[in-house]
Amino acid sequence: MAATPTPLLELRGISVSFDGFWALNDLNLSLAPGELRAVIGPNGAGKTTFLDVITGKVRPTKGEVLFQGRSLVGIAEHRIARLGIGRKFQTPRVYQNLTPRRNLELAVSRRNGPLALLFGRLDSTARDRVQHLLEVVGLELLAHQRAGGLSHGQKQWLEIAMLVAQDPQLLLVDEPVAGLTDEETERTADLLRQLSGEHTVLVIEHDMEFIRDLRAPVTVLHEGHVLCQGSMDEVQNDPRVIEVYLGSETEGEFN
Amino acid sequence: MGDWLSNRTLRRVLPWVAIVIAALVLPVVLPPFRLNLLGRFLSLGIVALGIDLIWGFTGLLSLGQGIFFALGGYALGMHLQLNALAPGELPEFFSLYGVKILPAFWQPFSSPVFTLLCIWVLPALVAGVLGYLVFRNRIKGVYFSILTQAALLVFFNFFNGQQKLINGTNGLKTDTARLFGMLVGSDGAQRALFWLTVVLVIGSWFLCRWLTRGRFGDALIAIRDDEPRLRFTGYNPTAYKTVVFAVAGAMAGISGALYTVQSGIVSPQYMAVPFSIEMVIWVAVGGRGTLIGAVLGAVVINYAKSLVSEALPETWLFIQGGLFLLVVTALPDGLVGWWRGGGLGRLLAMVGRSPRAATYPELDLDPAVAAERRQLEGGEA
Amino acid sequence: MDLLYDTLFNGLAIGSVLVLAALGLAVVFGLMGVINMAHGELMMLGAYTTFVVQNLFKDGPLEALFPVYILVAIPVAFVVSGLAGLLLEKTVIRRLYGRPLETLLATWGVSLILQQFVRSVSSAFAIGLVLAVVLGLLIPRLTPPRLWQQRWTPLLGVGSWIGSGAVGIGVASALGGVRVLDQPWFSARNIDVTAPQWLRGSIDLGALNMPTARLFIIALTAIALAAVIWFLQKSVWGVRIRAVTQNRSMSDCLGIPTETVDALTFLVGSGLAGVAGVAVTLLGSVGPNLGGNYIVDCFMVVVLGGVGKLVGTVVAALGIGVLSYIVGSGSLLLVWPAMPPALNELVTFFATTSMAKVLVFALIVVFLQFRPAGLFPQKGRFVEA
Repeated sequence: MAATPTPLLELRGISVSFDGFWALNDLNLSLAPGELRAVIGPNGAGKTTFLDVITGKVRPTKGEVLFQGRSLVGIAEHRIARLGIGRKFQTPRVYQNLTPRRNLELAVSRRNGPLALLFGRLDSTARDRVQHLLEVVGLELLAHQRAGGLSHGQKQWLEIAMLVAQDPQLLLVDEPVAGLTDEETERTADLLRQLSGEHTVLVIEHDMEFIRDLRAPVTVLHEGHVLCQGSMDEVQNDPRVIEVYLGSETEGEFN
Repeated sequence: MGDWLSNRTLRRVLPWVAIVIAALVLPVVLPPFRLNLLGRFLSLGIVALGIDLIWGFTGLLSLGQGIFFALGGYALGMHLQLNALAPGELPEFFSLYGVKILPAFWQPFSSPVFTLLCIWVLPALVAGVLGYLVFRNRIKGVYFSILTQAALLVFFNFFNGQQKLINGTNGLKTDTARLFGMLVGSDGAQRALFWLTVVLVIGSWFLCRWLTRGRFGDALIAIRDDEPRLRFTGYNPTAYKTVVFAVAGAMAGISGALYTVQSGIVSPQYMAVPFSIEMVIWVAVGGRGTLIGAVLGAVVINYAKSLVSEALPETWLFIQGGLFLLVVTALPDGLVGWWRGGGLGRLLAMVGRSPRAATYPELDLDPAVAAERRQLEGGEA
Repeated sequence: MDLLYDTLFNGLAIGSVLVLAALGLAVVFGLMGVINMAHGELMMLGAYTTFVVQNLFKDGPLEALFPVYILVAIPVAFVVSGLAGLLLEKTVIRRLYGRPLETLLATWGVSLILQQFVRSVSSAFAIGLVLAVVLGLLIPRLTPPRLWQQRWTPLLGVGSWIGSGAVGIGVASALGGVRVLDQPWFSARNIDVTAPQWLRGSIDLGALNMPTARLFIIALTAIALAAVIWFLQKSVWGVRIRAVTQNRSMSDCLGIPTETVDALTFLVGSGLAGVAGVAVTLLGSVGPNLGGNYIVDCFMVVVLGGVGKLVGTVVAALGIGVLSYIVGSGSLLLVWPAMPPALNELVTFFATTSMAKVLVFALIVVFLQFRPAGLFPQKGRFVEA
């Protein structure tokens, strides 16, 4: 890996133990500003726990998480989010009983205190942004319906739009294309590639076609630590990766 | 005639028309005793609105609103006790326990301004502190409910056991005291209090509406539906929950004060465990998440209770228990939610009055399509 | 020193009742996430069952066996409360799966009904009730099936239940004219259960005086606890219950009948409430409001102990019991008579049963500031943040 002067995010020797089970084991990873990174790994490799550690949901048993040189360990989730780390969840989590527009309005808001929401109003740039995002994800016509009534793909896109509306420096995207059609998958890959550069994007996904579309460096997780890193082709031909994915079985999801 | 039933706006407006007519007609028609009852039940509508705010919108089921209700009542009750006295005198009950000096915390309640503030600020403070201690540890769901219930029992024990401080079980009587020169128990004062209650109920309704309509309300609903998600968006749910719990506490205090002067006494019974759960069921019956439902539920159920208790006291607990079961299993949106969701139209459709088709008949009659439409229509409830 | 043992013994006895009462609640809560507000009323059913069993043994052919009636009452109470709990699970709780707050309210409704039931139940009442239920169940079977396939069928269903209810009420009030049938079984007043002779004495160990009734309660708790642990750890159904507690959907996939597990757990949990009811009768007279006195304490045990581990329930219950007794009885004053006046005043202030609850609650809230998930929390990725 090319040495970068100051990584945006750095995980140093992260270990997480759940009652003696080590979900993450001496995990090291660093992300340069503007980078697009894909993370793959078989089930149980610790992919979601690894996001939980970055976003503050799980406190690491050992190790250090640095964001722009600042430690994130022990900081509450909402403060980490305000520092500029946004997260999209594995299953789409939108606020079912609010309309897509109101979902986005909550995400776009800069000032998040109760008083600001009661007495303040969204400024026109924020409102324009919401409108623009609704157009990007094709939900303008549905902007006033309950988000719970949207299709699975629409919810995925709405959640990605919410993530973008938050305008974080680092986007953590967990399985963005699960349950999407091929065309939607392609559009998602395009969108994420566009976002990188200005933002730093980390994508966790099982869909290898999609990872290939991202044309980004790939990190393989296995049993809680980094197995190897490199381009898609390098990773795919790495004997260790093949063993992890295929194991002694004859079938695997990696092909 | 079926057409008006399928009109959503009309369905929303009709309850209001009924209420306005009732508000104008009832005070003229009802005898003073019934009017006083109505006033009391209306004042309970304010605490119900607060519960709707925290439960219906934010998803926090508090079984301890009686604490704040009674605190408001006690604040006013103490003031009225002192009001009736000549300088240097003590409220009568103190002599029973051999108390010679007015306890220090009674002193400020001789000031009407302090009392009027205390009625809502004190419950709000207690609610805010209790709420903060619980919410900051992310205690929620049934844990929150049973903790609030335990807190309620604790307050009940305290007020019930402290004769020397606040007359224990007997509570404080307010009927014989004077408020603004009028005997609190007199017909004139009660009529004035009735109108004051009406004004405050409407004011509370507007407050709740303001709180729930904008982005603040959106955040509350987001907390109810998916709190961790909101946290990862950069919001601190603890702050919102604390604020809204304190607001509900303040409303409970106002409600308790109004209820106290209209029933002539405040006692630890206001903190009894069953009473606080009843408050929740008013909201459930009326329709949580619909503000008007909370007020209607409080008034209707309490009126029914007083009627049934007069006629067949033994059956009330059966009826109430049945109501809990019925609302929770069969009417989860409450009466107002059922009405707004077109429940009457569906009921009429069962006996053969088909509703006017909005699309093609076969589409309209398809239950799956109907369910989906209801779900979509529920959008901005 | 004796005083210390005395205090500990009495605290342990109080704590034991709490263990017994909270055990069933905690098992059910751990499995289904359901707080059963009617748990206290199931205890009350157990207590009333003891009363009935006692009356059966008091005179008549079984009189000779009166000294051991309480041993008979325990399994009977377990079955009565267990079946009541099973009925509750099958009719109400199952419909509300995944809606814990609604379940809370619904079970509260059930508790109100049960309270009023023991107050007003008389022979006439019981006959009317049974008649109404039987009619309500039979009407759909005795009428042409065609009627039950119409779009107004829901109305017919509601109507048939209202009709059978009306018939039941009518029959009950008609029978109420007969004095014998109108006599309430228990009435609203408290009932007294007379303990057999051997439970009324006490055993003296040095200066320590241990009432046998309290020893019996402690022993009963220990046996019940051992039985529950054996059941959960060793029996097939116990393993299934633990599997569902840990991961419901996975258990479902593995072919564990989760619905049966729910029902069984509810039966066992409710049955334990019945056993607790037997124990409570030894402590004093019991009434329809018995449940209310215990339920909030049981909730505190669940909150303090954490979910899913029995040891948490036991430690929390004993802790709360012992602490409440020490504070409430003012024993501290006896142990340390020379304490400073300010402290003395404080201890005296809290030295009643109800004020002790105030202090214990405050301590629990303080404790939760440091350990929000209770004494023995669950860990892992699936714990909801």
